[in-house]
Amino acid sequence: MLSAYFPILVLIVLATGFALGALTLSHVLGPKRPNPAKSEPYECGMRPIGSARQRIPVRFYLIAMLFILFDIEIVFLYPWAIVFDHLGLFGLVEMIVFIAILVVGYVYVWRKGALEWE
Amino acid sequence: MTGQGVAFAVLAAITIISALLVVTIKNIVRSALFLALSFVGVAGLYILLNAEFLAAVQVLIYVGAITVLMLFAIMLTQQIMSAKISQTTEWFWLALPMALAMLATLIFFFAMRTYPVNPAPDALAVGTTMPLAEALLKPYLLPFELASFILLAALVGAIVIAREEKPGATD
Repeated sequence: MLSAYFPILVLIVLATGFALGALTLSHVLGPKRPNPAKSEPYECGMRPIGSARQRIPVRFYLIAMLFILFDIEIVFLYPWAIVFDHLGLFGLVEMIVFIAILVVGYVYVWRKGALEWE
Repeated sequence: MTGQGVAFAVLAAITIISALLVVTIKNIVRSALFLALSFVGVAGLYILLNAEFLAAVQVLIYVGAITVLMLFAIMLTQQIMSAKISQTTEWFWLALPMALAMLATLIFFFAMRTYPVNPAPDALAVGTTMPLAEALLKPYLLPFELASFILLAALVGAIVIAREEKPGATD
C-alpha cells in the first residue's frame, strides 16, 4: 500500500536535489561582479516602481475566499468519484443537488460582479 | 528501523521543526510559508496512517488555500510586511507555561485510555477513501447536502462583507 507512494518520494528527492544543486553550483561556480544595475530587483526587465512591501487591494482576498469555497466543493467530488459507478442514478442525483446549490452561489457571485476586476 | 518508521521520523521532524519556526521566526511571511511546510508534513503523516483522503484534503485545503488566504491577509495589512516589525510575542514567558500545561493535559488524556491497534495491517490495505465515500453518500447524505448549503452561506457572507458596493452595479 505505502509502496505506491515511492514514486512521490523519488520526485520529492529529485526536485529538492535539483533546486539545491542548481543554487549551490551557481553560487560556487558563477563569477560575482555586482554593479548597481545588476543588484536591482528584477521586475520583468523594467525599472522597479515603488516598494514591494505595499498593501495589496482587498479584491485579491475576496478572490482567494471564493477559491477556498470552490476548492472545498472539489474535495467533496473526490469520494463521490470513487463510488459513483455503483451508486448509479441515486449518486448522480445526489451530486447534482449538491452542485446545484453551489451554482446558485456562483450565479449570485457573478451577478454581484465580484468576478469583475474593473 | 523499518521504512515506515524512517518515514514517520522524517515527517514528524519536518512538522515539528517548521511548526516551531512558525512561532519563533521574526518575519511573518516566512512564518506563513513554514506553516505550509508544517501542513505538508501532517499530510504525509495522514498517508502513513492510510488516510489518503484526509491527506488530499490537507494538501488541497490547508496547503493550497488556507496558506494563500493567510498570505493575502498579511499582504492586506498596513505595515505588517515591513522588515522592522517582528511578529514574535512579548508575552513569551506567560505563553510558555500555558502551552506546556496544554501539552501535559493532552498527554494525560491520551495516556489514560488505550487505543485498539489493528493486529493485521493488511486489513487497512484497501484504503479508507472507499468506506468514507460510502458513508458520506449513503447514511450521511443529509450532512453532505447540508455542507453545500453551508458553503453557499459562506459564499454569500464573503461577498456581502468583503465587496465594496458600487453605485450602479446589478443587484
